[in-house]
Amino acid sequence: MQRSLLIKQGRVIDPAQRMDTVADLLVRDGRVAMIAPSIQESADEVLVAAGLIVCPGLIDMHVHFREPGDEQSETIATGAAAAIAGGFTSVACMPNTNPAIDTREAAEFVYLQAGRARQARVYPVGAVTKARAGEELAEIGQLVEGGAVAFSDDGAPIASAEIMRRALQYTRMFDRAILNHPEVPELTQGGVMNEGIVSMRLGLPGMPRVAEEIMVARDILLAADTEGKLHLQHLSTAGSVELVRQAKKRGIRVTAEVCPHHLALTDEALTSFDSVYKVNPPLRTRRDVDALIEGLVDGTIDVIASDHAPHAPARKELELDRAPFGMIGLETMLGVCVRSLIEPGYLDWPKLIECFTVGPAQILGIDRGHLRPGVEADITIIDPDLEWTVDPEAFRSKSRNCPFAGWVLKGRAVHVFVAGELKHSLRPDAIRTNTGQLTTPL
Amino acid sequence: MATDLTGPAKASRAWTRRHLLDLEHLERWEIEAILDTAASFREVSARSRKKVPALQGKVVVNLFFEPSTRTRTSFSLAAKRLSADTIDFTVSASSMAKGETYIDTARNIEAMGIDIMVVRHQTPGAPHVLARTLNCSVVNAGDGAHEHPTQALLDVFTIRDIKGRIEGLTVALIGDIAHSRVARSNIWALTKLGAHVIVCGPPTLIPRSIAELGVEIAYSLDEILPRCDVLNVLRIQFERQRAGLFPSIQEYFALYGVTEERLKRAKDDVLLLAPGPINRGIELTPGVADGPQSAVLRQVTNGLAVRMAVLYLVSGGAPRPALVH
Repeated sequence: MQRSLLIKQGRVIDPAQRMDTVADLLVRDGRVAMIAPSIQESADEVLVAAGLIVCPGLIDMHVHFREPGDEQSETIATGAAAAIAGGFTSVACMPNTNPAIDTREAAEFVYLQAGRARQARVYPVGAVTKARAGEELAEIGQLVEGGAVAFSDDGAPIASAEIMRRALQYTRMFDRAILNHPEVPELTQGGVMNEGIVSMRLGLPGMPRVAEEIMVARDILLAADTEGKLHLQHLSTAGSVELVRQAKKRGIRVTAEVCPHHLALTDEALTSFDSVYKVNPPLRTRRDVDALIEGLVDGTIDVIASDHAPHAPARKELELDRAPFGMIGLETMLGVCVRSLIEPGYLDWPKLIECFTVGPAQILGIDRGHLRPGVEADITIIDPDLEWTVDPEAFRSKSRNCPFAGWVLKGRAVHVFVAGELKHSLRPDAIRTNTGQLTTPL
Repeated sequence: MATDLTGPAKASRAWTRRHLLDLEHLERWEIEAILDTAASFREVSARSRKKVPALQGKVVVNLFFEPSTRTRTSFSLAAKRLSADTIDFTVSASSMAKGETYIDTARNIEAMGIDIMVVRHQTPGAPHVLARTLNCSVVNAGDGAHEHPTQALLDVFTIRDIKGRIEGLTVALIGDIAHSRVARSNIWALTKLGAHVIVCGPPTLIPRSIAELGVEIAYSLDEILPRCDVLNVLRIQFERQRAGLFPSIQEYFALYGVTEERLKRAKDDVLLLAPGPINRGIELTPGVADGPQSAVLRQVTNGLAVRMAVLYLVSGGAPRPALVH
């Protein structure tokens, strides 16, 4: 059955088409049919989006959904629901599950569970090495067959330069990216936070910036040498940003991402000794935050991703040195980015949406993140002025390890569609069902 | 009781803290109030009947997640001299491995009706988290490499007692500054009270950022020795050598060991402190540890008075002006 949806008079922002204009958007049979200043066509459903932003469904290319192995922290279903609630219609989940996503069957399992959940699209990222042990390459070709969109041992860095070199070479035949977590492990052993004046005051073991920067430099050199497709995850230091900036100037194929918590928080947060702020890479300093923002502004950093890392409360309630690293972010990422990037005037909406759409879509090689006619209609509608208070108890995620509890944020996804189907709405009444007559303005 | 109240009471401002978690956040007058109150309590230990009723009916628990004999005994005795009921509760690493979080353990103990919980923990901030979570008062008896407030208070108490002042003195902290809670608490107390602090040790054991706290960094003990009024010799832990932070115990002793020979470079009246337990022959030679400049045993005695003062103040007692000292 052909069904149609007309989204009227929203501010349509589609960075892939350099589009930022008030227009009508028609969805027919689950696909984008047309975007035009005014569409006078009858539709089954009409949504007046005046004052709202209509953009491609957002993509978060860095999440941890803990299934299989730690379903008390998150499942693919709850994670995908959290994604939708945050405005994200596609996510790429990291392979550090138990067992790891290191076989074709494991990748297919992710699609199976995501299909059952019918929330956000969930793309598996395959492990680079068997069991993420860092020793032998996983069956990357088989994983590609199973739908793996990229490769990573995230949770851990690819410590061996030789394995990293071979992985960058081998994935060239599939044109898939290696997503690396840059951290030299022997420099961060036992560390719980950024090494600096705050860690010194608190007596907490530090993780020096050079631990990240050495591996960023190594990976850039290896990418230049192999011509592989390198993506550096969650940059956190000013030095890393500068290394990537120089690499891009030299034409090396490298992309980079940043997480909202590294833009909104600094290591001063640890003075509370609250393990909710324990994350890897660690929260850094104001100087690093400024450099990360500059990297976004000048295009050195391509992507903003949440590194959504759920942990069941009992596990996160441990002492700082025993508690696991990580914080959840899917349901707060948009609002936190508005607060850190748009409100101070660093980025405008089209640029922010680019970091959530074309940026990750290109790295993952998926046909998402744009609104060209014919594409499946994944659409996020954002109310940029909606103020809301972060209440982790109301999250769709199974976990509560959110560092932004109680923050008042501005900007939130109010309607989210996947392939034209409404998955989430804060204002379901705004969608009017028509019975065939011409649409009249409300 | 011979309470001499000559002059205006220095400690007359209202003490409002229910916890003693660190010295970083104390104001100078608060540190002085503790020292003055401690001075007034020291006399209790000299009596034949060593008790005052200040904490009668209160319950003090020593909740130790890390083994300690001296600090625990000192707190126990301090509580008893204030007539509190005391319980010692030492949590072994193995019982923590059974799955109960330290917060659950503390909540369970608090439910028995505890007024003051004295907490020792191997992780920085554990007492702070408990203070936020529980209703009772929390006193930090050492949290990882963060702070050990009562140790530093007894160190400055001892210095003030012997030197008559803190302001203007040059105090060197020698050894493993990076991993020392005693060093951090001493730095806060001494700098707030107007001393010049030198931290001295190999660069692998001294974070460079520590200079931002207003202390001087020195790598040569011999160079700074003639300027020092007080040497506080920190304990060196053997696992630091295994972690590659210095090459050998012998080399450490050669560079930073406090020997009779080396002490000849120091002022005649240099005061020697050590938080203990001492590794004789590693940080200090036995002759120095037991020599005339050493105040190691006085520190232990003073520790009792300082801990009495802390327990008394956090339980709501008004600061006591010092007897003439």
